[in-house]
Amino acid sequence: MSKLDSKIPTGPIKDKWTKHKNDINVVNPANKRLIDIIVIGTGLAGGSAAASLAELGYNVKAFCYQDSPRRAHSIAAQGGINASKNYQNDNDSDYRLFYDTVKGGDYRSREANVYRLAEVSGNIIDQCVAQGVPFARDYGGLLDNRSFGGVLVSRTFYAKGQTGQQLLLGAYSAMNRQIAKGKITMYNRHEMLELVVVDGKARGIIARNLVTGEIERHSAHAVVIGSGGYGNVFYLSTNAMGSNATAAWKIHKKGAYFANPCYTQIHPTCIPRSGEHQSKLTLMSESLRNDGRIWVPKKLEDAEAIRAKKKKPTDIPEEDRDYYLERRYPAFGNLVPRDVASRAAKERCDAGYGVNATGEAVYLDFASAIERYGKEKAHVLGMHNPSKEKITELGEKVIEEKYGNLFQMYEKIVDENPYKTPMMIYPAVHYTMGGIWVDYNLMTTIPGCYCIGEANFSDHGANRLGASALMQGLADGYFVLPYTIGDYLANEIRTGEIPTDTPEFDEAEKSVRDRLEKLLSIKGTKSVDHFHKRLGKVMWNYVGMARNADGLKKAMDEIKKIREEFWSDLYVPGELNAMNTELEKAGRVADFLELGEFFAVDALNRNESCGGHFREEYQTEEGEAKRDDENYAYVAAWEWTGDPRTPILHKEELTFHDIELKQRSYK
Amino acid sequence: MSNMNLTLKIWRQKDAQSKGVMETYEVKDISPDSSFLEMLDVLNENLVSQKQEPIAFDHDCREGICGTCSLYISGRAHGPMRGVTTCQLHMRSFKDGDTIYIEPWRSKAMPVIKDLIVDRSAFDRIQQAGGFISVNTSGNTQDANGIPIPKGDADKAFDAAACIGCGACVATCKNGSAMLFVSAKVSQFALLPQGRVEAAKRVLNMVHQMDKEGFGNCTNTGACEVECPKGISLENIARMNREYLSAKVVSDEKIG
Amino acid sequence: MSYSSIGRKVVMGLTGLFLITFITIHLLINSFSLVGPELFNAGSKFMGTNPVIQTMQYVLALGFIIHIIMGIRLTIQNNAARPIKYVHNDPSANSTFSSRYMIFTGVLVLLFLILHLKDFFVPIKFEHGTFGEDYDLLVRVFSNPLYVFIYVVAFVGLSIHLHHGFQSAFQSLGWNHPKYTPFVKKLGLVFCYVVGIGFSSIALFHYFNSL
Repeated sequence: MSKLDSKIPTGPIKDKWTKHKNDINVVNPANKRLIDIIVIGTGLAGGSAAASLAELGYNVKAFCYQDSPRRAHSIAAQGGINASKNYQNDNDSDYRLFYDTVKGGDYRSREANVYRLAEVSGNIIDQCVAQGVPFARDYGGLLDNRSFGGVLVSRTFYAKGQTGQQLLLGAYSAMNRQIAKGKITMYNRHEMLELVVVDGKARGIIARNLVTGEIERHSAHAVVIGSGGYGNVFYLSTNAMGSNATAAWKIHKKGAYFANPCYTQIHPTCIPRSGEHQSKLTLMSESLRNDGRIWVPKKLEDAEAIRAKKKKPTDIPEEDRDYYLERRYPAFGNLVPRDVASRAAKERCDAGYGVNATGEAVYLDFASAIERYGKEKAHVLGMHNPSKEKITELGEKVIEEKYGNLFQMYEKIVDENPYKTPMMIYPAVHYTMGGIWVDYNLMTTIPGCYCIGEANFSDHGANRLGASALMQGLADGYFVLPYTIGDYLANEIRTGEIPTDTPEFDEAEKSVRDRLEKLLSIKGTKSVDHFHKRLGKVMWNYVGMARNADGLKKAMDEIKKIREEFWSDLYVPGELNAMNTELEKAGRVADFLELGEFFAVDALNRNESCGGHFREEYQTEEGEAKRDDENYAYVAAWEWTGDPRTPILHKEELTFHDIELKQRSYK
Repeated sequence: MSNMNLTLKIWRQKDAQSKGVMETYEVKDISPDSSFLEMLDVLNENLVSQKQEPIAFDHDCREGICGTCSLYISGRAHGPMRGVTTCQLHMRSFKDGDTIYIEPWRSKAMPVIKDLIVDRSAFDRIQQAGGFISVNTSGNTQDANGIPIPKGDADKAFDAAACIGCGACVATCKNGSAMLFVSAKVSQFALLPQGRVEAAKRVLNMVHQMDKEGFGNCTNTGACEVECPKGISLENIARMNREYLSAKVVSDEKIG
Repeated sequence: MSYSSIGRKVVMGLTGLFLITFITIHLLINSFSLVGPELFNAGSKFMGTNPVIQTMQYVLALGFIIHIIMGIRLTIQNNAARPIKYVHNDPSANSTFSSRYMIFTGVLVLLFLILHLKDFFVPIKFEHGTFGEDYDLLVRVFSNPLYVFIYVVAFVGLSIHLHHGFQSAFQSLGWNHPKYTPFVKKLGLVFCYVVGIGFSSIALFHYFNSL
């Protein structure tokens, strides 16, 4: 029996959120002071939620594993944030943003949530500007926009290639204001290791102080999880080294359903891996696709010569280059959505046209943009017949202004000058659309436990469009959760402070302690990273960009084997009651080893291709993803049973009233 | 370039209370294409396989933006290259046979927690003292284009806001001064009309907190600007001096 | 204000600029001695009798004292800000020699100042006339090679001190502007050479004249 109730308000889509806000309960200001809320994670979602809830008057306890809330991985988001402001007068609207997002998500997201996201998107920009976020501006002093993949308008606001950083610092400054007032108590270098459920309601957490190793109890009337995605299950990803699924996985095991784990975004423009030593992959912002053209050689022999370093990309004449995205998708060209661009790159490389030593790279070329901008600039400067060198010089300057920091980052990592020779890029794991199932109020299936930002599943369906993650994180934290949480907390005003000396806390603390002691006591021979790397390889090979039933089954078995070996042959040095970075990693990898297998279960269940989930068995003749709306237009929300192999499936049927389900086409 | 063997001299310190000491380690067969932290990963992997405790160092995003990584490498904050964080430093900057010194940031205001990890919470407290604009979250703030901001000012504010709070400025300053960090935040807000409203109060409070934390005095050596991985300019310090003077002399704002 | 770190900077900068003005005037008067005894003696007399200058003398003394005490206090505080030093440090990679050794060049100048006061200021102020005109005193003192050597070393020290100090004072006072700061930096460079070479060459001129 499913107990999924998405609580989507009735009525026309554009009135749902307004109607819902009118209908839900509100806690009066005096009572808010009596209510504690725990927020896990201080990225865009967690940080903005903590600040907003504290401003409202709740007592907030915020936790992050980093040494400062400012370092959450939202900070690494580069390109921008979408909002339907229509500042460019290019016919943008809430509906168009909503439409693009649902279509971009390959019709696997919840309509009502996405519409709400589009509705509040404009407020986010207003709020951030008021906070002093220095967005890019035009000479007239007004905000500038750029274009991102999968859309036909310019609605992306940005701050060079560091938009995530600026938005996060905005949320962090809002938090600081509340920390100074004592409304937020900040717990840096703390990791949540268990959710405490009392009488069916989330009532607190067990956390470990990562400096002292002490295990602590914290109680609250509601617990909000904003701990980000689980991309590190692949070991190599664009996530931070510490990014983990532990908080989300713990609440899943305590009863929160986990939805669509197989929806993973493989980002098309990352710096290709260079060798075995690699610990992480670096993203090159999608905004580069505004001006960069993606190509591989047309002739196999050219590709081979390049791989053998006998030829340089600049040696390949224009007519021998295959601008495959422009060829296959003339309407969107280089700005197709991420899943499409990634698969197209894989297709070319698998066919033997890859261009670096590993054969897993394609070119992102700025030569024509440099020439175009150079000519434009020369015209502005009133130069007639400028020389080719002058045009290149002027054009490079324009490119530097737009993407300088990204180009510099590339040069530092690869040791090649991307102004002179095309960049090499290849897809890499970047974002996870799947996550904890939440209803329209962002509450999980555990009453009082909320999940926001990348950690939940709600808004991006099977594929997220560029510049939408920042939008969702801040929408959830600033404008959605602060309202919807009141509906639940209105019933908690008489609860009083939650004691932590109860059997539920005792038991939760004991289970945390036992597990940590177990990890320390295995005393095997292999390091945590050893197992993590093995897990990552299995995930990438069988559960990566293209999946099939055989591979998925194989992956499930392999991961199970690695997990068993982990629990019998792991070696964790150090102590429990002290700073112990290996122990921290061990706990996270232990969770990934369960999540990985569970991930494959979901991928195997979904017998269709949609967005970031590509099953080789289900594709059109042209190799495009083939959805099965008749049988799979649902959210797969899984209930934990004790074994990652055999979760119970609950379906939330997706109904589309305001958008017609059709084959996604970017041609 | 072929793989290299290196000698590492690394600061080991059990915890904040213990005394630390430099220890010597050897690493072999390091690829010049690997990053500095990946080289340390290799060392740690070796240490774990010998059942020893790995070296604790701060790191997270490994793409130069989160500001978590630190390390004073052979006498330089974030190592020999300019404009990079330690995680962006690659081993191609070193030669086979090199001896590399790796030490934590040294500052009274940033004490060592373990090995190479220091406590940078002083930076958080300085920000809490006033590094914000006092505006509540609201869906009804004025339209984002309501106040045009000259592009030059917006760009300068951005350049100041690019600070990642890593602490290299403090680590590298011979006086252990935090002026570059504080001035970056003061400047970001002072340059924007939204931030002007409480500019005087902000600069007084942030400077007061900075002094309370035990950072040294700025003597304009400019080392911070050179070593800053984000190229935060000394102009920001001059701006903060101006802001502070005018707050102190002209405005009637007080600390607190 | 002197209790905040920026206040201390400002005090150092202001007193520094004030001392720079003094040095400029001092150099000007000294250079009169290259022209001849009449001009120098006239200049010296003007400095010794003009009531404004006489009043400023006390302000100058105060400026010196504040600059010195604040400099020493800053150094002690800055040392305390890093109780454990780096085992391996490479400051030359990111800062100038002059900026790192302000306290050393400062103390050098201070020691010289004491000697200088004893040899020139005290005789001129309190023993006026016992050695003839001021010019005669100058010629006599500069005929001593040891004194000239110390004098030149001290002015190399002052020159290094000013190499950083001049532009640093502007930065401390917040007088930084993309249009003018490059000029200030150049001016500072010119100034430190003029002071160093100017004072030293006057001493050397008189020394070689006395041979």
